[in-house]
Amino acid sequence: MFPTSVEETQQALEAHHYIADKGLSVAVFLALKLGRPLLLEGEPGVGKTEIVKVLAQMLSTRLIRLQCYEGLDLSSAVYEWDYARQMMQIRLLEASGERDQEKVRHEVFGTEFLLKRPLLQALETTNGKAPVLLIDELDRADEEFEAFLLEFLSDWQISVPEVGTLRAEQPPVVVITSNRTREIHDALKRRCMYYWIDYPSFDKEYRIVREKVPGIPEKLAQQAVAFVQALRQQDLYKAPGVAETLDWAASLLALGQTELQPEVIEETLGVLLKYQDDVVKAKNQARDLLARAQMPTAL
Amino acid sequence: MTAPTEQLLSHVVGFVRSLRGEGIVVTPGQTATFARALGEISIFDPVAFFYAAQSSLVTRREDQAKFAELFRKFWQNLGLERFPGELLSQTTLPPKREQKAKPGEVGRESRSSGESNSQPLPIVDRALTFSETEVLKQKRFDQMTEEELEAARKLLYNFVWNPPERRTRRMKAIGKEQLDIRRSFRRSLKHQGELVQLDWRTHKHKPRPIIALADVSGSMERYARMLLHFLHAFSLQQSRQGVRQIETFTFGTRLTRITRTFKKRSVVAALAEVGQQVKDWSGGTRIGACLHTFNHTWAKRVLGRGAIVLVISDGWDQGEPGLLAFEMERLQKSCHRLIWLNPLVGTPGYQPLTRGLVAAMPFIDDFLPVHNLKSLEQLVEVLATVQRQRDSIH
Repeated sequence: MFPTSVEETQQALEAHHYIADKGLSVAVFLALKLGRPLLLEGEPGVGKTEIVKVLAQMLSTRLIRLQCYEGLDLSSAVYEWDYARQMMQIRLLEASGERDQEKVRHEVFGTEFLLKRPLLQALETTNGKAPVLLIDELDRADEEFEAFLLEFLSDWQISVPEVGTLRAEQPPVVVITSNRTREIHDALKRRCMYYWIDYPSFDKEYRIVREKVPGIPEKLAQQAVAFVQALRQQDLYKAPGVAETLDWAASLLALGQTELQPEVIEETLGVLLKYQDDVVKAKNQARDLLARAQMPTAL
Repeated sequence: MTAPTEQLLSHVVGFVRSLRGEGIVVTPGQTATFARALGEISIFDPVAFFYAAQSSLVTRREDQAKFAELFRKFWQNLGLERFPGELLSQTTLPPKREQKAKPGEVGRESRSSGESNSQPLPIVDRALTFSETEVLKQKRFDQMTEEELEAARKLLYNFVWNPPERRTRRMKAIGKEQLDIRRSFRRSLKHQGELVQLDWRTHKHKPRPIIALADVSGSMERYARMLLHFLHAFSLQQSRQGVRQIETFTFGTRLTRITRTFKKRSVVAALAEVGQQVKDWSGGTRIGACLHTFNHTWAKRVLGRGAIVLVISDGWDQGEPGLLAFEMERLQKSCHRLIWLNPLVGTPGYQPLTRGLVAAMPFIDDFLPVHNLKSLEQLVEVLATVQRQRDSIH
């Protein structure tokens, strides 16, 4: 379904188990409505990639994902020719006595030999619906790819020299994510609707945990979330994201816990924190943080 | 939904103008997007209205707080359905007039400490002879007169920079590292699909990012100014080549990022603004704490892609040496090369024995002097040849 208002967007996301702030709902709705790419930034693990999956479900369309990395080039992002098959085709034509060079060329560069990579796939509709295109972690790609992307996002077309220009019947819904290991170029940012996804509030994170970790006892969920929220206030090298909270809550549940225990926290801190220095720091403060998490005011 | 009214549009334009007046860059395209967005949402919903404005007009998280404040200022006291026109004239801010700074002046308004050259000196613009240049190159920055400093700065801009490069993962069609199947195949079509001649490709090289952390505390002041000029000359030349790979930070008691200011063309304007931005000019030094801030907030954002880090400091640290060692180790591990530039190295008989330096020393890849122009020239050479890997892992 295609939402017709901000409220509807928010509800539809929630119906697919994604709890979005009003701000994010506005950005998503406007991106859809105005046909603009949506640029999402935020710390790792706050649900940037997740919302795209939900968006594809919500619009009941295909999700195409392009993971960016340095040196990402046309042949991995857009298209590539199937050389092995093309060579075979030349031999076959030769065997059949074909001598016309122009004809050979035409045969060999038929679209059946074209391997479509994500950006080219994104121009195709399935059942009359444009896909959702996720360009993940654009900050990892280099400036050359960014420049190409800028062109793609404004024209919705790709030119393949041997075939001609391929145009989108219907522009795809594009979501770009970035972890800010590098600044995205301003020209690209300005084409997009921009939203910074922050760490969630206690209430929101609690709702997410209850939604995503079915069967978790209410009390455990409250304490776990309060603990993570307190942990984020600490001076850590890498604060835990929502993804880590969910992993941790699931781990606690799997360990049969009904309430947070200091020993269990110490044993499972590795699920939340990914740097040894952070783990040591958190261990030293675990009891203090736990006490805060158990305070009724935190709930 | 309905198109926004003329009256609303004129307020939108006024609002965008007020954002620009406060330094938030908004393009006409973004303004148009915002106007279109207003047709899609209910403008009677203040929250939706705010986020529609924010997601269309702001592209940097750093600008969001300022934006929210300006948004409140502009639309406050207005029911969103009614916009008194006279408000526009109040909120449109007059353009700021840039203060002109005197050449060579950084930070403070006027520096009339007991120095002999507290009188503003006329700047003599004359070309130096070869031997004069040689003498100047050898002279320590802290012994130079204002006139000599000015001449030295000019020389900086004549340096030939040769930024260090790294191999990227992108390929180009020269050299012979990898078979270029695409081109080889296309060529083969001329010969009935026979691969008569193969085409090759090779990895592209790009300048490495350079991150400079300059100590601007009391003991480093004379050098810091010259080094900021040095860095400015470097980044200017790089941006002429279309590369923006220099990140500049200053530290004393706190860390300040001055990269954006440094993009200004005029060195005097840029340095004057740096002076306003940097709050701890000529204060104390807490290197460890500042590196901690850098490692936490900036390292992930600026240290990718084989960066070279220049720490410019004499190592007089009032902080905890243990913290400095810890943060230096982390910093070294996250960059390609960590170069410490110390003006005192040029002093005869100098030994790096301050507590801070002793703590930091194991994690420094190159320990170099920066007390005169000659040493800066040498630094340029070191940077050009920094390809090799670290000799040992600490």
